[in-house]
Amino acid sequence: MLEIKQLSASLEDGKVILNGVDLTVPSGEIHAIMGPNGSGKSTLSYVLSGRDGYEVTGGSATFEGKDLLDMEPEERAAAGLFLAFQYPVELPGVGNANFLRTAFNAQARARGEPELDAVKFLRAAREAMKRLAMPDDMLKRNVNVGFSGGEKKRNEVLQMAMLKPKLAILDETDSGLDIDALKIVADGVNALRGPGFSALVITHYQRLLDYIVPDRVHVLSAGRIIRSGGPELAKELEATGYAPMVADAA
Amino acid sequence: MSAALRTGTESFLARFEGLRARLPGDLVARQAAAEAFRSAGLPTVRDEAWKYTSLRPLADNDFREALTSVEGGSLPKIPAIEGPRAVFVDGRLREDLSSLPDTLHFTRFANDPSFGTLSRPDQQPVVALNTMLAEDGAVISVAEGVDAGTLVLVSLAAETEGRSVTFHPRHTIRLAEGAKLTVVELSVGRGRYLHNPVFSIEVASDATLTHIRLQNEAMEAFHLATIYATVQSRGFYDAFTLTLGGQVSRAEFHARLVGPNATVHLNAAQLLGGKQVGDVTTVVVHDAPNCASRQTVKNVLTDKARGVFQGRIEVERIAQKTDGYQMSQALLLSPDAEIDCKPELQIYADDVKCSHGATIGELDDDQLFYLRARGIPEQEARSILIRAFLDDALQSVSHEGAHALLEQAIDGWWQRQSASAA
Ligand SMILES: Nc1ncnc2c1ncn2[C@@H]1O[C@H](COP(=O)(O)OP(=O)(O)OP(=O)(O)O)[C@@H](O)[C@H]1O
Ligand SMILES: [Mg+2]
Repeated sequence: MLEIKQLSASLEDGKVILNGVDLTVPSGEIHAIMGPNGSGKSTLSYVLSGRDGYEVTGGSATFEGKDLLDMEPEERAAAGLFLAFQYPVELPGVGNANFLRTAFNAQARARGEPELDAVKFLRAAREAMKRLAMPDDMLKRNVNVGFSGGEKKRNEVLQMAMLKPKLAILDETDSGLDIDALKIVADGVNALRGPGFSALVITHYQRLLDYIVPDRVHVLSAGRIIRSGGPELAKELEATGYAPMVADAA
Repeated sequence: MSAALRTGTESFLARFEGLRARLPGDLVARQAAAEAFRSAGLPTVRDEAWKYTSLRPLADNDFREALTSVEGGSLPKIPAIEGPRAVFVDGRLREDLSSLPDTLHFTRFANDPSFGTLSRPDQQPVVALNTMLAEDGAVISVAEGVDAGTLVLVSLAAETEGRSVTFHPRHTIRLAEGAKLTVVELSVGRGRYLHNPVFSIEVASDATLTHIRLQNEAMEAFHLATIYATVQSRGFYDAFTLTLGGQVSRAEFHARLVGPNATVHLNAAQLLGGKQVGDVTTVVVHDAPNCASRQTVKNVLTDKARGVFQGRIEVERIAQKTDGYQMSQALLLSPDAEIDCKPELQIYADDVKCSHGATIGELDDDQLFYLRARGIPEQEARSILIRAFLDDALQSVSHEGAHALLEQAIDGWWQRQSASAA
């Protein structure tokens, strides 16, 4: 599904952030990425989703065999890539329902699938919100404006539930969630789990991985994957911290 | 004054001399206006009130009188909106295209040529020009306590092969105590022309006039509108202007709050591209206690367009507990676009709340990326953010038909804009 080879990227000022990332996420698998603050986890997710401001200096990233780095952000989304932002963006003056439907229909159009009318869409959105224990009025509000930290994260998961991506990158979607919300969000991800769905779950906490049990865990440090392993690797990290691993890699 | 502006002034004066015998109404007032216009001339950028808006391109034209009847001439389409209407073609009422409501009293200026007492041709040369040359217009009154519904006031400029015409409609709107009316004013046209309307508006106690203006003139046209309004106790003058058309345009408001607890809203949005210049100038005078005024003016500017907002609030000594608010926000979509903003507060009362502010910005990259990361193509994402920028100003338009029309006009503007960029 996702194949990243020797991916290197720097900021426009030349500062190197990603330094030869190798990572493969097969179809149907969920992988977790852990790593110290500033190691490049969000940068990796931005580079994969096509944000401006980074220069890819080497390597490749393909999604279902297509060269991801050659596509516009909206093309990547329509191809089935979804990024749940670490810091969801506020859109004053843009209604949440309208935003979701516009996104849904833009992707449908790009894929040559039928668009949903407002009534059908609202029904589907309300159902998804019920599952995420989100109050209905969040659809009427402006996107993320005045949402609490946890509400913003849930709103990201709502978008994921509606857009049904093939590959979801969840960048610290668990940060700022209370325990109940954490379970709800994990249920949201697990509901999509299946042969056609993969996820890259970026997190600092082992706890999330109790609910979303990953197939693989990777440790990103200074822009490189320095260790990969099974779910037990997260437990090891919880006990030892990153320092011994980082020292080993150096 | 530049030679061009002097020549422009002279040719308008010559037109007045040629027409004067045929013009309806008070020739003395017209003569006085002509004197004022002769001495002031077309305003130049050296006039403080016209510092940011040059009429040079207007003066360069060889304007003629509009034809009395446009036979078989092609008329632009009237924007789709339901309701009774008064349709003017090149400034003259076309009864065959109009359908007037019986909830209000309507005559035409040609039959009831009164200039009223609100306008100041001695201070505003553009109003002097109108006073000199006005031939027709809408004279509307709504009786006490009557809710007259909606009237669509349409100005069409006909296709005039090779002729640059000017027309100077003179409109009067009077609402008696407790009356209500919504006027949806639409200006559209083809070719190169000057549309120079003057409005005299009187809102009596407890009356509400909603005045929604869509200025969608031809891109080569000039639109210079001056609106005088007085509002009595608890009355409400609620104006919204959307400016899309015209190479040079100005909407100049003079609103006086003369009775306690009166309210005025002068909201506006301008969406300009190419080398368009769009000017919103407001003077709000608080001349009674406990009145409120609100102005939110939004500019979306691309290419080499220039937006102007000059807003003055005057609070007289008697006007205690005044609540005045003024906000100018501009979105610059190109490095060559420009906004000129001049707020002015003149406050003689001591217990007042007056605030004003101005912001200038570009589209936010993070917001744009967020939308695109959800699959929304770049052009559509931009249009969503522009629409969002306009949202709080547009929300002030609660009239459904007018709101829909404004939304359509904004969509149309964006489509033209992205087509010409492509
Ligand atoms: N636009 C930018 N300008 C300057 N520095 C940047 C920029 N983007 C990223 N960086 C730097 O790149 C490094 C990696 O940042 P990134 O956000 O990818 O880290 P992270 O692994 O997601 O960290 P965290 O766990 O704190 O979220 C950091 O040192 C950060 O300061
Ligand atoms: Mg991060």
